[in-house]
Amino acid sequence: MALKVLVGCKRVIDYAVKIRIKPDKLGVVTEGVKHSMNPFDEIAVEEAMRMKEAKLVNEIIVVSCGPAQAMETIRTALAMGADRGIHVEIPLDQMDTFQPIHVSKVLAKLAEQEKVDIVMLGKLAIDDDSNQTAQMTASLLNWPQGVFASKIDKTDAGLEIIREVDGGLETIRTTLPAVLSADLRLNEPRYATLPNIMKAKKKKVVKMKPADLGVDMAPRIQVVSVEDPPVREAGQTVSDVDDLVAKLKDKGFSSA
Amino acid sequence: AVMRGVPQLLSRARLVRAGFSASEPVLAVQAGILQPDKFTQTFVQIRGLKSSKVIYQAPLTAVDIADSGKQLKQELEAIVGPGNVSSGESVVLQHGQDEGPHPGKSPDIVVFPSSTGEVSEVCKICTRHNVPIIPYGTGTGLEGGISAVEGGVCVNVSKNMNKILQIHQEDFSAVVQPGISREMLNQEMRADGLWFPVDPGADASVCGMCATGASGTNAVRYGTMKENCLNLEVVLADGRIIHTAGIGSRPKKSSAGYNLTSLFLGSEGTLGIITSATICLHAIPESVAAAVVGFPTVQNAVDTVVMTLQCSVPMARMELLDEVQMKACNEYSGLSYPETPHLFLEFHGSESEVESQTETVRDIAADNEGGEFQWAVQQEDRTKLWTARHRAYYADIALRPGCRSLTTDVCVPVSALPDLVTATKADIAENGLIGPMVGHVGDGNFHTMLLFDPADPEEFRKCKEVANKMARSAIALGGTCTGEHGVGQGKMALLEEQFGKDGIDVMRQIKGALDPQQLMNPGKVFSRN
Repeated sequence: MALKVLVGCKRVIDYAVKIRIKPDKLGVVTEGVKHSMNPFDEIAVEEAMRMKEAKLVNEIIVVSCGPAQAMETIRTALAMGADRGIHVEIPLDQMDTFQPIHVSKVLAKLAEQEKVDIVMLGKLAIDDDSNQTAQMTASLLNWPQGVFASKIDKTDAGLEIIREVDGGLETIRTTLPAVLSADLRLNEPRYATLPNIMKAKKKKVVKMKPADLGVDMAPRIQVVSVEDPPVREAGQTVSDVDDLVAKLKDKGFSSA
Repeated sequence: AVMRGVPQLLSRARLVRAGFSASEPVLAVQAGILQPDKFTQTFVQIRGLKSSKVIYQAPLTAVDIADSGKQLKQELEAIVGPGNVSSGESVVLQHGQDEGPHPGKSPDIVVFPSSTGEVSEVCKICTRHNVPIIPYGTGTGLEGGISAVEGGVCVNVSKNMNKILQIHQEDFSAVVQPGISREMLNQEMRADGLWFPVDPGADASVCGMCATGASGTNAVRYGTMKENCLNLEVVLADGRIIHTAGIGSRPKKSSAGYNLTSLFLGSEGTLGIITSATICLHAIPESVAAAVVGFPTVQNAVDTVVMTLQCSVPMARMELLDEVQMKACNEYSGLSYPETPHLFLEFHGSESEVESQTETVRDIAADNEGGEFQWAVQQEDRTKLWTARHRAYYADIALRPGCRSLTTDVCVPVSALPDLVTATKADIAENGLIGPMVGHVGDGNFHTMLLFDPADPEEFRKCKEVANKMARSAIALGGTCTGEHGVGQGKMALLEEQFGKDGIDVMRQIKGALDPQQLMNPGKVFSRN
């Protein structure tokens, strides 16, 4: 009854990096900038690993769509314990127009080809904050979805998932196969240790292109502009309460 | 003759240097004693008071005045840029106060250099003006090490010099600038299987940790800063730049020349400014397990520690929390540990090694009246288990809202620990104080958080008395007055006791050779004479 899991990992700009907008205002500077695995994807890989350690899962396939450097992300996932990898190659100049809809189609195709039982993703990527891929993948596959998962348990019939929603926590049950997305409190991911990093170098990674999966890359979204948030203005010191009240009225914060 | 309304000198420092106490409300100026400068000479000419004593009243805060202060500022701005020199009130205030209980003195000017070259030029300027130089990293020290007791220029080397210069994975070493803190370094390397294990409580600057000889909870396995530093780039007071182990050197061992790296490690900014550090990295352990076990007495806990070390179990962390600390932790974090001394343990290694280590220690603990042995392997469970220890300081402050803590720091041979702890607890009780204890018991190093009301100087005095007594006992037992926090200002007298006059005189001679004008962080570690 051991399950097969397909985990999606995205290579994004490291969360600690100070982001700078490109001069053409159509994106951010990525050249020479530190990248790492999307933190929510780390949580997804970790959850798959825990299922494997609990003998619920017997194979973890990690997939990443991106340029040559996406291999680093795949190797990190392999160092965390994934069994093999798939690198869907997207040339660097096409990365700007490679969008969640395309990723979903790739993942859906791979999920069918590999006959997986669970597609596990991070809930969103910290570069575009889209929060679309898991949902669209489920829709394309016509599989149930358990997104924003903060706890996942196996039941006889499938899975029981606790989801983090605005009002609190929601518990749902799904059958398998299913698409899941990891939220922050699902687990604390393990670090890749040196022996595992070395072992990961020997694990198999297969390369392919979106065309091999019959996915057309035409963009559906056009980025019009990317801008910095407004610069913080200097504050004003007020001399007394009356001054403060007058200023509040001026700025329209008080109608009295 | 009394003169009022005379603008006071920027160099409060200069007056102190000339032998006048900066804390006296009246500053005495004797014509001819001060180094000749425009102000003194003019004054003497006008008044014709060549050899008379003149007294003038001046408030103590240094204020920029017409000539010498402005000149200094301009010269500094020419080196680091006008945006990187400040004498603004909140800026200098922040740069004179660290996280300890002692009120700090603000420097006169703060500069933010962007390179080692700039730091060197800044030092040359300060030397020319005879103005103190105070290096500043993250300001997270506990012993008042950054307090500008004689005013001067604070050199903040962390703001603009914040790069990891090199990471050498296969050699397990890295070169970092002062702006890199230990957590920043670990974040950077987290996917590479490496970590920097020295972990003092604060997220301190790695170079700052070199300056204070810092240590942390896993020194028992991985060592302190002293065992993890291969080389330092240091700027001396006169602007010379040296590399303590050789230029660009980073071998694991060397017999070349005097061990200057050791000299500067722990020198607390009194010999030079550290502008980069070459440090040792370690492999992230394959498997980590955490355990917590309670004991009826501190003696039982320490016996467990001693036996564990004797069995050569390569423990990663061994922390002792006394019953007062456990009570505080229970109340603060909503836990329900028995209020007895507890050991918090961590095991690193491969899965099988960790399992066998845990078994060994479980048995030793049981042999020493240990209670329930709780342990965890999963990351979140380990975090939960260690929550009590991680939040210890805040739990202590919460025992008496509004209070502050005088955190003591002594280190003795492990065998002497139970006696010292017992004597200290008796002393704390006698003085009616609250003093929870946390100890890196594998090193024989422990801290008491002596709580005091900041508005009650008598209580603070009692805390200081207990702390001093503890340090004296530690010295008498073959230990040291400070295990990891450094001497700063508060323990200068204790240092004399520990080393004796000749020992301190050698330190004075070394300082005199490297910093003849006594500009580097004055008023710290030991007195001038």
